Amino acid sequence: MIPITINDKQTKVPEDLSVLEAVREQGIYIPTLCYHEALEPAGSCRLCIVEVEERGRVRTAASCVTPLTPNMIIRTDTEKILKIRRILLELLMARCPGLKVLEQMAAQMGVKKVRFAQEDDDCFLCGQCVRACSEIVGVSAIGFSDRGVNNKIGAPFLKASNVCISCGTCTTICPAGTFHLERVDNLVSLHRYSNEYHQEKCRVCGDHFVV
Amino acid sequence: MKQYRTHCLVCTGTGCVSNHAFDIKTALESEIIKQGLKDEVTVIATGCNGFCERGPVMVVQPENIFYQELKEKDIPFLVEEHFLKGRPVEKMMYVPPKEEAVIPKMSDIEFFKHQLLVVLRNRGRIDPEKIDEYIGYDGYRALGKALTEMKPEQIIEEVKTAGLRGRGGAGFPTGIKWGFCEQAEEDTKYLICNADEGDPGAFMDRSILEADPHAVLEGMVIGAKAIGAQEGFIYVRDEYPLALRRINIAIEQATEYGLLGENILGSGFNFKLNVVRGGGAFVCGEETALIASIEGEVGRPKPRPPYPAQKGLWGKPTNNNNVETWANVPQIILRGGGWFASLGTKESKGTKVFSLVGKVNNTGLVEVPMGTTLRTIVFDIGGGVLKGKKFKAVQSGGPSGGCVPESLIDLPVDFEKLTEAGAIMGSGGLIVMDEDTCMVDVAKYFVEFLEEESCGKCNPCREGLKRLKEVLTLITQGKGEAKHLEMLDDIALLMKEASLCALGATAPNPVLTTLKYFREEYEEHIFQRRCRAKVCKDLIMYRIIAEKCTGCQRCVKACPTEAITGPRSQPHNLEESKCIKCGACYEVCKFDAIAGDAIYIE
Ligand SMILES: Cc1cc2nc3c(=O)[nH]c(=O)nc-3n(C[C@H](O)[C@H](O)[C@H](O)COP(=O)(O)O)c2cc1C
Ligand code: SF4
Ligand code: FES
Repeated sequence: MIPITINDKQTKVPEDLSVLEAVREQGIYIPTLCYHEALEPAGSCRLCIVEVEERGRVRTAASCVTPLTPNMIIRTDTEKILKIRRILLELLMARCPGLKVLEQMAAQMGVKKVRFAQEDDDCFLCGQCVRACSEIVGVSAIGFSDRGVNNKIGAPFLKASNVCISCGTCTTICPAGTFHLERVDNLVSLHRYSNEYHQEKCRVCGDHFVV
Repeated sequence: MKQYRTHCLVCTGTGCVSNHAFDIKTALESEIIKQGLKDEVTVIATGCNGFCERGPVMVVQPENIFYQELKEKDIPFLVEEHFLKGRPVEKMMYVPPKEEAVIPKMSDIEFFKHQLLVVLRNRGRIDPEKIDEYIGYDGYRALGKALTEMKPEQIIEEVKTAGLRGRGGAGFPTGIKWGFCEQAEEDTKYLICNADEGDPGAFMDRSILEADPHAVLEGMVIGAKAIGAQEGFIYVRDEYPLALRRINIAIEQATEYGLLGENILGSGFNFKLNVVRGGGAFVCGEETALIASIEGEVGRPKPRPPYPAQKGLWGKPTNNNNVETWANVPQIILRGGGWFASLGTKESKGTKVFSLVGKVNNTGLVEVPMGTTLRTIVFDIGGGVLKGKKFKAVQSGGPSGGCVPESLIDLPVDFEKLTEAGAIMGSGGLIVMDEDTCMVDVAKYFVEFLEEESCGKCNPCREGLKRLKEVLTLITQGKGEAKHLEMLDDIALLMKEASLCALGATAPNPVLTTLKYFREEYEEHIFQRRCRAKVCKDLIMYRIIAEKCTGCQRCVKACPTEAITGPRSQPHNLEESKCIKCGACYEVCKFDAIAGDAIYIE
């Protein structure tokens, strides 16, 4: 256990936690989009930023990928942090208008309007599906392709993957609710990737598997 | 070694080579033989001389005569006049801008006079493909000292005393970084030399590798000894074939001489060096992305900590330094940290190599002590702004650097001062801008470059750059609104504070510095729909001033869209709807010998 200070309150926490985990353990809210308890943190959505102070030096850090150090001072709700989170959310809402997760967070954080031109994407690239597919399922059927603003999630070359077992883990984990798995007879379609797979019904358990 | 009366040092850096330096070299050699001088005059191919602007260039020693813009057909005359008859040829010498008299000696030319060569000390004087020439100028003596007389702690201590800071951009103290890696308790450790150099317009690392590859090798072996690394990687971008070739030759020769590989100099120390060819993306220069790339993964940055000194290549402690950082090391070990610390400013020691480009008379590679003012660099070394135009700003630090305005021209250039001004040292790119540059357009240009290069992993950088571009485009199109200034500030704040890697965190710099120093230009674009530099096409209009137009018809011929009509000797007519604002008429309108006298842009 190590001593740390969160929002002016001193406390002791296990040292192997990340800043995010330590803060959440105290029941304090930090919004996240790419973090999932069951996955390795990616540190890519940057919504979980907090202010950390170590040996007198203050910086902004993504809490999910920042390890704790003894006597660390963490502030989760400074005006600056809240402002940055609002701007970030505003940009994501311009990218993906109408997504429920974002709208709920926006309401909670007081984002009132979106000043940027609206796009019509429905994926904010948190990558949870990609990590789940590789870390939990062990298959890595999907990944990121292309760079920068053209970054997309999909199977290699955005074609149907030949290693996908159509387990649907990506669809359950997706915080945006973007993926759905649709099954018509023996044809499984993974929307968004436009993948289609032929499945057979297992005679023992009744579940489907890809052929 | 054979003695010669005269040495012709022909620059064979990339710039001169693209201007046919090798043909010049061949022509010289055959002419020297032809005129029976082959026992008296020798030709040496050197690395980049720095004054690429005047290429192909050559220095004749011992007289120190500088020849420039050499042409193959002039070589026989040159050889006869200078080498046979002892009369240096003025025709091929340097004339400063706006002057008439030639300056024969290299050391008298302003471009060279203010420079202090530490890293580039061997440029233009040795053949980089011959290890003996490097050794002839004290090469590998520092390595001998480090391996036989010094303990690892002492080497690190010397680098700390020197105050050497990383030349790759962030300026992290090198000795401290080595110390972290040295202390990591692992048997296997790696070294990296970052020669990715993805900044457009930057070519200092390429020049160092081309001119003096052994200095980088020697620095790395010394670093390896200090840290306890057994293997190293030089990550060179694929677009640098000459640098790749020279570094490979250097590795081969050093290995042959027992200066690399097993049991170096009989000391029992082993160090193996590999060359990795980089794929080219700008973000691959970021060290965590670079490490991923060497490992064969996609070059995307990763959150730090863990730092490479703890977990780097294949999870092992790794120390990465920039080419120029490594090249400084042998001199520090040989001449002492105290000597190095005597150069430069309080916080930034030694020299820095800059690539000076843009609207400046003398473009090229310059090495000056830290703390040299921008004025000295731009006006003394650079010879001032091209065509006598008015100086406006210097963009420092590569695409994510900042624009330093004229009011700060006396700024001593070092890590701290540039950061205070809102710019960065970056890798040392300096782009000079004149009055014809629109600062909003400049910001947009760099934002567009960075948007292309962002890896797209984190939201602030990917979404932020997209929106910076969106807003800047609106402003340059004359669709700016008052709220846009605040939106730019907001995005910049988000990117600076919340991006995953330094690409995103520094990317708003061009916008922030232009907003800070040239805010009035943004306001003019937004509120008056005016672009004072006459760059933003949607905000300018071409007109013909009837009283001045003599009806010469040159513009009629130049206009690609036939927007200008009118009979000879009568004022012409410019049809606005057809005009695509290319400026061709403006360029040719030379009545009264003043460009654009009768064509008016508003
Ligand atoms: C987008 C980006 C590009 C970079 N490109 C380079 C590069 O081309 N060469 C380089 O030496 N460092 C580059 N860096 C800096 C490296 O991450 C690293 O800090 C540096 O190589 C460390 O060496 P030094 O301590 O000797 O400066 C880049 C950083 C970023 C964020
Ligand atoms: S800041 Fe930009 S380049 Fe760096 S990780 Fe984020 S998206 Fe990639
Ligand atoms: S939750 Fe930390 S960056 Fe996304």
